[in-house]
Amino acid sequence: MVAINEGWLRPEAVIALRNIPELRAWTVDRVHLRIGAGVTWTELLGAELARASPGLAQAARTVGSPQIRNAGTIGGNIGTASPAGDALPVLAALDATVELASTDGTRQLRFEQLVIGPKQTALEPRELITAVLVPVASGPQEYLKVGVRNAMVIAVASLALVVHSPPQRITVGLGSVGPVPLRAPDAEGWLAERLDWTNAGPRLDDPADLITFGDLVAAEAQPIDDHRSNASYRRHAIGLLAARALRRATGPRAGAP
Amino acid sequence: MSDELVLRVNGEDHAIVGGWLGESLLNVLRDQLALLAAKPGCEQGECGSCSVLLDGELVCSCLVMAAAAAGAEITTLEGLQPADPGELDDVQRAFVDEGAVQCGYCTPGLIVAVHSLLADDPDPDRLAVAEALSGNLCRCTGYGRVFAAVERAVEVRAAR
Repeated sequence: MVAINEGWLRPEAVIALRNIPELRAWTVDRVHLRIGAGVTWTELLGAELARASPGLAQAARTVGSPQIRNAGTIGGNIGTASPAGDALPVLAALDATVELASTDGTRQLRFEQLVIGPKQTALEPRELITAVLVPVASGPQEYLKVGVRNAMVIAVASLALVVHSPPQRITVGLGSVGPVPLRAPDAEGWLAERLDWTNAGPRLDDPADLITFGDLVAAEAQPIDDHRSNASYRRHAIGLLAARALRRATGPRAGAP
Repeated sequence: MSDELVLRVNGEDHAIVGGWLGESLLNVLRDQLALLAAKPGCEQGECGSCSVLLDGELVCSCLVMAAAAAGAEITTLEGLQPADPGELDDVQRAFVDEGAVQCGYCTPGLIVAVHSLLADDPDPDRLAVAEALSGNLCRCTGYGRVFAAVERAVEVRAAR
């Protein structure tokens, strides 16, 4: 819409998706969450969705302003494929699947196969994102974002950390530090060896592991210099966010024994 | 945009003719319906001067395609204030009484945002007010008077 207001785009046809209830619906069972592409950030913040997907809800809370959260949708965020898209690190960490439809039928693509470059997707012409499929939360989730202020800000660096249980593992998704949302497989693999899952885990025995994990995540980032920040700050920030998210996810929790 | 587009604004249906494809709701409200409360500021969703309610939800009308607003109940500030143009609604009155207006360009958007906030939360704390108004930029007031105006509107409504 900004591109149209500025005169950079002159569409020959438009299709308004706002009034298609199927796109705006979401369904959840014990393990699967299917979120229609037209579900807004505000709706992701609703109690039931936030319980099923706390990482997406936390990401939604950092988006723009009430005005933007009421209008912006998760499908729009995926289709835009901005390296800074707030939902994208969460979807990467959740190994999300995206559902696509066209007049030729429907298909599913893994999120990492859909978002293939900065603002580039593997969508075919005339293909529409209809929904995104993610697992229901089975452990703590964190979304952390660095920007110049709290409201109305595009991420300089952002990170999602997801605790899966079962199977017991922790994954991370990195935003604004690469051409696409990244995972950090080396850091995730190292962490898997360090976590203690007994007694309502995960726990880390050695607090120094938080720093090491942050360093490993930072090493796997691919940040660049641009008008919003520079590569060295982004690398520093993403490591800090990783350590902080891991501390929160492995620290003492209310209700835990 | 086809001749068929009908927008329901402030409780009345309006046939929109002569718009262009992809035109924003903001443009249509101002240029075709002469509803001038929503202001063009940044036209990229940053400033909130063009705030309206779409099915009761606060949005930037610059970011809503007019075609996408068909079938929705659109409410502008004109639809929130009393029909008599000489009268003010309670939020507008609170802004005047607290001096929360300087140049005034952002004010209509702020007032719509405050209406939206108070409809959901009649007694917001300061953090809730700050978050609710985080999408409305004001370069004049420093927001102190705006917070005071919201507090006054809350008190006036509570005493009613």
